Amino acid sequence: METLVTILAGVLVTVATYLLLSKNIIRVIIGTAILTHAAHLIIMTVAGLKTGTAPIVGEGNPVDPLPQALILTSIVIGFAVTAVSLVLAYRTYQEVGTDKLDKLKGDPDE
Amino acid sequence: MTLLHWAVLSPFIAAIFIPFLYKYLKRIHTGWFVLIVPLVLFIYLLSFIPRTSSGEVILNTLNWVPSLGINFDVYLDGLSLLFTLLITGIGALVVLYSIYYLSKQKEKLNNFYVYLLMFMGAMLGVVLSDNLIVIYVFWEVTSIASSLLISYWYTREKSIYGAQKSMYITVFGGLSMLGGFSLLYVIAGTFSIRELIANADLVMASSLFIPAMILVLLGAFTKSAQFPFHIWLPDAMEAPTPVSAYLHSATMVKAGIYLVARLTGVFGGAPEWFWIITSAGLITLTWGSISAVRQKDLKGILAYSTVSQLGLIMSLLGAGSAAFYFQDGDNALYMTAILAAVFHLINHATFKGSLFMAAGIIDHETGTRDVRKLGGLMTIMPVTATISLIGLASMAGLPPFNGFLSKELFLTGMLNVTEYGIFNLETFGIIIPIIAWIASVLTFLYCILMFYRTFMGKLDMSKLSVKHVHEAPVGMLISPIILAALVIVFGLFPNLLAYSIIEPAMAAIAPGILSPGEFFDVHISHWHGFSAELFMTIGIIVLGLILFMTFKKWENSAFYRGERDVLNSAYDWGYEGLIKGSQSLTRLQMTGRLRDYFIYMCTFIILILAYTMYRFSLPSIQSLDLSPVPIYMWIIMLVFVGSVLIVPFINNRVALIITTGVSGFIVALLFVLFRAPDLALTQLLIESVSVILFMLVFYHLPNLKKVKTPSKTKAIKLIVSIGFGLMITLGSLSTFSMGQNTGYDSISEFYTENAKEEAGGYNIVNVILVDFRGMDTMLEILVLSMAALAVVSLIRLRFKGSEDI
Repeated sequence: METLVTILAGVLVTVATYLLLSKNIIRVIIGTAILTHAAHLIIMTVAGLKTGTAPIVGEGNPVDPLPQALILTSIVIGFAVTAVSLVLAYRTYQEVGTDKLDKLKGDPDE
Repeated sequence: MTLLHWAVLSPFIAAIFIPFLYKYLKRIHTGWFVLIVPLVLFIYLLSFIPRTSSGEVILNTLNWVPSLGINFDVYLDGLSLLFTLLITGIGALVVLYSIYYLSKQKEKLNNFYVYLLMFMGAMLGVVLSDNLIVIYVFWEVTSIASSLLISYWYTREKSIYGAQKSMYITVFGGLSMLGGFSLLYVIAGTFSIRELIANADLVMASSLFIPAMILVLLGAFTKSAQFPFHIWLPDAMEAPTPVSAYLHSATMVKAGIYLVARLTGVFGGAPEWFWIITSAGLITLTWGSISAVRQKDLKGILAYSTVSQLGLIMSLLGAGSAAFYFQDGDNALYMTAILAAVFHLINHATFKGSLFMAAGIIDHETGTRDVRKLGGLMTIMPVTATISLIGLASMAGLPPFNGFLSKELFLTGMLNVTEYGIFNLETFGIIIPIIAWIASVLTFLYCILMFYRTFMGKLDMSKLSVKHVHEAPVGMLISPIILAALVIVFGLFPNLLAYSIIEPAMAAIAPGILSPGEFFDVHISHWHGFSAELFMTIGIIVLGLILFMTFKKWENSAFYRGERDVLNSAYDWGYEGLIKGSQSLTRLQMTGRLRDYFIYMCTFIILILAYTMYRFSLPSIQSLDLSPVPIYMWIIMLVFVGSVLIVPFINNRVALIITTGVSGFIVALLFVLFRAPDLALTQLLIESVSVILFMLVFYHLPNLKKVKTPSKTKAIKLIVSIGFGLMITLGSLSTFSMGQNTGYDSISEFYTENAKEEAGGYNIVNVILVDFRGMDTMLEILVLSMAALAVVSLIRLRFKGSEDI
């Protein structure tokens, strides 16, 4: 199953990269969100997806708890970054009046 | 700190006081205060002559950075003494001259004298240091001071151009030299020149010998204006004339000569050293004399003649370095070259100094330095004319002036080269005296041309901007008269210098050649019979005169009219090209588009990962302990992939948000299946909040438009994304397989076993988050708070006049 999930994560990365390369600011932000999912799945997978019980003491043979703790931290941080970039995109649009990244370029001679 | 240390530092200390003296004692020309410094130093240094001429050397140590072997050790022997006397002696004369040359009212004298003193101190430091790093430090200070002095009239564009050019070239050389010094340290483990000379065999045997030598020589050649690095010197003539006389004829340009002479003990004896220095010197000599003939500006002629004379001295040092090959035996053969080098060094400083000062006087009194506008000054300025005549005759090598003697010695030294019988000289050696002879003819020609065009004929007042032309004030004439007198004195009584200055200097250039207690027997005489040198000199005069007589014929030829050195165009072209090239490179690469930068990053990550995997044949997924795949997993996967893959094709924003939300919720579902209840919970919550946030923000943003992307761009995007996805997949698989094959157990055992005992909790993930690894959580809370603050300030804060932002 590890191979399958890794390939899935690879598909997510591909789509995320494609979105990050687009001209629209919304697509870029969605790309980062998808990239975050891919990262979480990879962290989960590289530790192994062996069968076991949830990491609760007394439930038998629990799965590895450490990657879960790492992902939990990462989810929260990812959310914070997404929130800030969303508000930034909103404010940019308010001030500049465009959501096209190409138009946000400075003077060519700067 | 000994008195000699203070002597090196005294000009710097004096420089501190100059601005105050300039500001508060306005009635007295600041130069008078400055004059004290070189004068006192000169007298103090004269007192060392008896000690150095008896073969004694003075070495005083002062620790600077002893842990790195960098010490400010002053070392005074014959060679250093010769240079210090030149620096302080001519320095004093130049300061005296500048007092009359620079107006008290019009010029910013404080700047001038601070730079000049800075230069003087640095130059003393270069010639008195025994440590290579200290030499380098002072060396760069001379470059900086020289540039400051060239750009003294900084409102003129040409001054700035000249200063920049000299700075670039000499600093380039200086940095190469530092590299060479570092290599010498790598070879011999010391920065001390004395110890390097003592370990010369070690240096010679090293494989780094050639690189170290070339790097050091780059420094020496750029500073001493050797071909092709001579191009900065003619442009440095934009400096005030006292500066040209001091820096660009007598002292700074001889720093490279000093370095070559000083390091002959380390590198000498190698054929590469002999050939590089001799040929560079001869090429410079010839090129300089050819170019000097073409110049129309008095200082231009003198600049190229300086280049040519420096080449002469350099070639003599090269020829003399053969002494180290032989080590013993009949040293008269090759030591003549070193004798000629030292003697000509002194002579050049005297006559070139006086010539520059005379040119300055002509400029000062007539308002021009262009020889085409000048003429007939002989009767108007008799003293200047006499000084110039003496200087030019000496430079041309006419008896009874000192230039004659050193030119004879030069020819002897060059003729001797053919008799060495080493370094292929049997076959190529004969070229050397022939080139030397041709260059001497040209030297004679430009000397006679310069005199004829300035002082003979008639003065056409209509070409001049001044009304009356008259002789310079007495004060301005003192310095050139003293120098011209020295030209005659050294010419008539050359042996005055022989025992006191020249012999100890030769002993310092060629250490270890003499057995202890022995001295070079130098006896310079005017007449040494009907030798080859004498006939060569007669040939120089005759041919030079013929060329001068036919001057009318080639006066209008393209050769004579073109003044500018072709190498200057090469320099300008290279400089422009460098700027244009880097600009276009930057423009090509810095597009200002986020997408392009992201493509660069991805491409490099792909390439590096691909290479690494290829190199270490990864991933190896054979012996992996994979878990079984349940049937329902396939269905979830299909839905997930489907929901993600359509995201780039959606143009409706609500549909886009919902599709993105779907993939987020499937991730939560996967967490459930992977037995991570806390993750599933958090993911669900966060995904819900995110979807709401997306909705809120997108409500204010315009709808997505279907954008037509060129298929080429699309292809690049696809290739990069697929490559990146592939690399990440392969990378994670490798990580997984490596994690399995290391043979180490996961540390999670510890958490599982101790969650209850040590922390008193049942939920292991939560115990890790708040107990075992609580620091992570604390900082994550900080991240969240910062994000909240950022959101608030983004929404709330507005700068006034926001149009500008």
